[in-house]
Amino acid sequence: MNPLPHTALAAPVITTQPPQIDYALLAPLLVVFAAGVIGVLVEAFVPRPRRRAVQFTLAALALVAAFVLTVVRVALLPAGGAGLTVASASIAVDRPTLFFQGTILVMAIASLLLIAEHRHGESAFAAQAATVPGSEEERAHVLAGSQHTEVYPLVLFAVLGMLMFPASNDFLTMFIALEVMSLPLYLLCGLARRRRLFSQEAAVKYFLLGAFSSAFFLFGIAMVYGYAGSVNFAVIHDTVAAGGAGALPGGGPLLLLGIALVGVGLLFKVGAVPFHSWKPDVYQGAPTPITALMASGTLVAAFGALLRVFYVAFGGSVAEWRPMMWVVAVLTMVLAAVVAVTQRDIKRLLAYSSVVHAGFVLTAVVAASAEGLAGAMFYLAAYGFTTVGAFAVVTLVRVHEGGAESGDIASWAGLGRTSPVLAGSLALFLLAFAGIPLTSGFIGKFAVFEAAVSAGATPLVVVGVLSSAVTAFFYVRIIVLMFFAEPAEARPRVLRPGRLTGAVIGVGVVATLVLGVFPGPVLDRLSPAPGAGTAEAQSVPGGFATTADLFANR
Amino acid sequence: MLSYLAAEPHAVTAAADGVVHSTAWLMIAYPLAGAAVLLLGGRRTNAWGHWLAVAMSLAAFVWAALSLVQLLGLDPAERSRSVHVYEWLTAGSLTIDINLLIDPLSITFALLITGVGSLIHIYSVGYMAEDPGRRRFFGYLNLFVAAMLVLVLADNFVLLFLGWEGVGLASYLLIGFWQHKPSAAVAAKKAFLINRVGDMGLLIAIMLMFGTFGTLAYAPVFASADAAGSAVTTVIGLLLLLGACGKSAQLPLQAWLLDAMEGPTPVSALIHAATMVTAGVYLIVRSGPIFEAAPTAQLVVTIVGAATLLAGAVIGCAKDDIKKALAGSTMSQIGYMTLAAGLGPIGYAAAIAHLVTHGFFKAGLFLGAGSVMHGMNDEVDMRRYGGLRTAMPVTFATFGIGYLAIIGFPFLSGWWTKEGIIEAAFASGGVTGQVLGWAALLGAGLTAFYMSRVMFMTFFGERRWAADAHPHESPRSMTLPMVVLAVGSVALGAVLVYGYRFALFLEPAVGAAEHHEFSLATLLTSWTSLTALAFMVAGVAFAWVRYARAPVPRTAPRGSFVTVAARNELYGNTLNEELFMRPGQALTAAAVSFDEKVVDGVVDGVARGVRDSSEGLRRMQTGFARSYALSMLFGAAVVVALLGVNLV
Amino acid sequence: MELYAPIFVLGGIGAAFVVVSMIAGSLLGPKRYNRAKLQSYECGIDPTPQPVGGGRFTIKYYLTAMLFIVFDIEVIFLVPWAVHLDALGVFGLVAMVLFLVNVSIAYAYEWRRGGLEWE
Repeated sequence: MNPLPHTALAAPVITTQPPQIDYALLAPLLVVFAAGVIGVLVEAFVPRPRRRAVQFTLAALALVAAFVLTVVRVALLPAGGAGLTVASASIAVDRPTLFFQGTILVMAIASLLLIAEHRHGESAFAAQAATVPGSEEERAHVLAGSQHTEVYPLVLFAVLGMLMFPASNDFLTMFIALEVMSLPLYLLCGLARRRRLFSQEAAVKYFLLGAFSSAFFLFGIAMVYGYAGSVNFAVIHDTVAAGGAGALPGGGPLLLLGIALVGVGLLFKVGAVPFHSWKPDVYQGAPTPITALMASGTLVAAFGALLRVFYVAFGGSVAEWRPMMWVVAVLTMVLAAVVAVTQRDIKRLLAYSSVVHAGFVLTAVVAASAEGLAGAMFYLAAYGFTTVGAFAVVTLVRVHEGGAESGDIASWAGLGRTSPVLAGSLALFLLAFAGIPLTSGFIGKFAVFEAAVSAGATPLVVVGVLSSAVTAFFYVRIIVLMFFAEPAEARPRVLRPGRLTGAVIGVGVVATLVLGVFPGPVLDRLSPAPGAGTAEAQSVPGGFATTADLFANR
Repeated sequence: MLSYLAAEPHAVTAAADGVVHSTAWLMIAYPLAGAAVLLLGGRRTNAWGHWLAVAMSLAAFVWAALSLVQLLGLDPAERSRSVHVYEWLTAGSLTIDINLLIDPLSITFALLITGVGSLIHIYSVGYMAEDPGRRRFFGYLNLFVAAMLVLVLADNFVLLFLGWEGVGLASYLLIGFWQHKPSAAVAAKKAFLINRVGDMGLLIAIMLMFGTFGTLAYAPVFASADAAGSAVTTVIGLLLLLGACGKSAQLPLQAWLLDAMEGPTPVSALIHAATMVTAGVYLIVRSGPIFEAAPTAQLVVTIVGAATLLAGAVIGCAKDDIKKALAGSTMSQIGYMTLAAGLGPIGYAAAIAHLVTHGFFKAGLFLGAGSVMHGMNDEVDMRRYGGLRTAMPVTFATFGIGYLAIIGFPFLSGWWTKEGIIEAAFASGGVTGQVLGWAALLGAGLTAFYMSRVMFMTFFGERRWAADAHPHESPRSMTLPMVVLAVGSVALGAVLVYGYRFALFLEPAVGAAEHHEFSLATLLTSWTSLTALAFMVAGVAFAWVRYARAPVPRTAPRGSFVTVAARNELYGNTLNEELFMRPGQALTAAAVSFDEKVVDGVVDGVARGVRDSSEGLRRMQTGFARSYALSMLFGAAVVVALLGVNLV
Repeated sequence: MELYAPIFVLGGIGAAFVVVSMIAGSLLGPKRYNRAKLQSYECGIDPTPQPVGGGRFTIKYYLTAMLFIVFDIEVIFLVPWAVHLDALGVFGLVAMVLFLVNVSIAYAYEWRRGGLEWE
């Protein structure tokens, strides 16, 4: 069970037994993948005019079916236990997996609705991405009403990666998931219909930096493999627990370097300072529906993976990585909050806000406890709903009818008088971001801070509270601007929300309120049942011997 | 009803025994429903909306009164009941319930809030009759009442925080109600920001309490406060005080209150005199066990109270705007309460008693001021008033009673309760007690001076009215609440203080203090009482010389440096700017320039780059990504170093 | 350590072959230079002229290159499967067919959308 490097090499390299795979547990992933592949065929063979309807229907059905299957899978899990692993323990299906996958699917459905929204026959995506911006060819394609329906399969592939990312139980699967998730997103970022150079710039930047971070991640995996002789999380955990091949218990230079480099890769994906610099540019440049998907689904997936890696594989080295997480969390909460204060573009502001929120979730990661996991999960779900709603509102405020989005916050002055419902919804989302009671944001903050305090990280929470006070300042500034300021001279045109966008905003509002007022049922389900762990092992609150026991890993 | 406050608890067994308390949430639900109907119902509710708001507020009052009756029917030992509504959230080992705490302290507040609140609702029907936003105004008022009730009825700190934020939000909406006035919008923003500083203190205190005690419900927290060690309780106490200072406009977070007078006058009466600003005092009294375990924090509380009571009085002396003079007075009076609350159990009853009577006479004074403004085309400068007593007799009479009450005229409400605070201050002993006691006495003299100044400049002397002013008495809906408040200003003090009724009533909630035998004669002839009287007479006399005998100039004279300082609110704003705003702005600017210049080089160049040739853009893009990658590399080095530390 | 011995021996033989044949070529071979011999590729065909300062290749080359990589990967997958065909049985067969189907779908997409037409 604990092969050291030389014995691992001595073993036969190819298993001669075909692996047993429980396809029922993988069903949602397979459904999304199949729909993506069929989507490619649709692109190849369905006539152009019918593609959009077919693609949208296909994608929506696949995502909804995957969500239903995710919910059904809850019943497949053995009662009381952590969960199961599938496909030679490369994928773990446990409570966190199901929660993250369910959340990602809901966010993906919401984003899909925004992606599919059309107005005067225009979507948020370029008519023909291959044409040079501003060229004759581009104009010709716009006039011809071309559209990139490839967006749908690309989104499905990205969602597939997101679903796999937090469920991976070994580093290779996780790396594959990371790339499957990222590559379509790089492409989607560059497809904005308007301000195309901006968009393409964002895509290139995201790609370059993403590749850079992947290299760190991969190098880190190599280090960890060198330490443990395996990429499997359970094996790594056991090696760490056994004192490993290193000179120090739970340490050893290889392991520490591995933790650091894998950490860099994952922290890049969640956008923690100092690995956040891509976020404002990419969020601003990408088509807003894709930004919504990244801000919700990708963030959830990345944190799911981060939690699994640090709680399971590195669960025995909590003391070693905790100071690093502290520093990153503090930097993230403080720097991003301060910088956000002077942002003038709404999407940039929401990007920085997303960085700050990543910092808040990191305080729960630092806790390394069942509460930390539950707090982080709740926070991510709550934040996801709110942020998708906020980006949905952003898509509606345009420079003029049929023009580009009006991102300049100053131009939003007086919006509360001209469009009270829309501005009211955004105000609610912003209050939730600020963590005002009776919104989901308050409960989320409370849950993560509570976990951190329980784990003795009170100073971190003090920093968090101060940072949230700073963030409240700029959220409220927007609300004041919308409701109390005179309308700007160049007033933006507020589009009437279409059915799809309206639905997304409505769901965002309802979720933000319900999770704020009646969070009980959700929070209860996230907290592990009392006594789920072993009674004698109390090193992790809630009766768990280690943080690894919170997940299925064998 | 109040006569059997202390005696014979079993005399009354309310018919609705058990029902009222178990449905105490209705108290909050009524105004909340009113707010929801008014704010969501749109124009359809314009015609009857304000009456709905009045009815909802009155219903909450009735429920509070019934709760009191039922509470009195219980044995004093059982007069603290927690009513479970629903489980709000469970985060790990912590469960936060929506539980309402019914005890003498919370019911006192509930009665004050809904009672004075209802009167002000009724007054507003007349005051806001011509305002196009009346429906919205009443919606906010109801929202405020609901939030305030959540604050005082909470049985844990999280629910208290919910009410605390809700009150802040409602107050913010009401201060900025006349948003067309830029000054109102600025004032609202200022109130929000300063309160945010206080809220932060409260939130950090809550987190520390959770870290220390493992729970946030009042009872277990207070039970183990002693065992936590004075270092922790001192920090928690000071943070709670910071929160209290924000809400109650105590030094150093006082600056927002005077600006908040930009709101409609009923708002000033309800929120910035009678109810919201007392939330800080409530918090300190409620958290008594924590402060008692932290003498240093208590000392700071008394110092803050004493300093504010003097600063507020000085500011009140120089302001020509009638509402701002009254606002200074509010600061000062709440300073009294804070001072008393910092004295421990001996001062709690005095603080709350003064809070209740102050709620009546200050609300009466503000409504009177509103009535004057109503009759004077919204003029607020007292130098343009004068001789109004004949033009507005009812306003004059009620305002006059409030005036006599606040300056501590014997046997009126203010006299009874202020006397209690002064006595408690001296009784706390030592040099501190002496200093605090004399500060309170000096404050009494100042109060007499500035209130007489307001009184004389407004109702006496020659008429300095603007040419188009035709002062007239206000409608019945406005004068009626003023009369009711005036009755309270006369009688309430005696009812509460005589025989320590109120102190005994509060005991189950705030703990027992020693009481010697009550005797009116000792109260009348004690040296503190006589000295206070002397200070009061001196203050009134000085004001008489300055503002009643001598003519009042229509424009303010330059005045001595003290006057100038007081007019400028003792430079509180300048101080805020220099100490917090500038460094804050500098910090932000530095952080931004770091992020934008060092990390992301040419952020302004982006827009230019879009217009430039694609070749130029290409080069610029790689430039960007390179610097980003550099910062990532730097970050990676930091992360590796932080983990490498484990090897050392 | 003995585990690695065959690898080292194989590597050593490979390296020796390269070094020996290069040295032998330069020592033993005749040296007759002419114009064609000095050109790139030594076959008389001029290479495509390169723009000054390193310009860009047309996008079409990338399409072809990517197709090449796709089929390259396919082969990398097919060879080990073929080696262990008997052991992997039906499971391996189905998995490989699914893999091939997916690759073909991508190929079909490129074909239908004109990715294979040079102009």
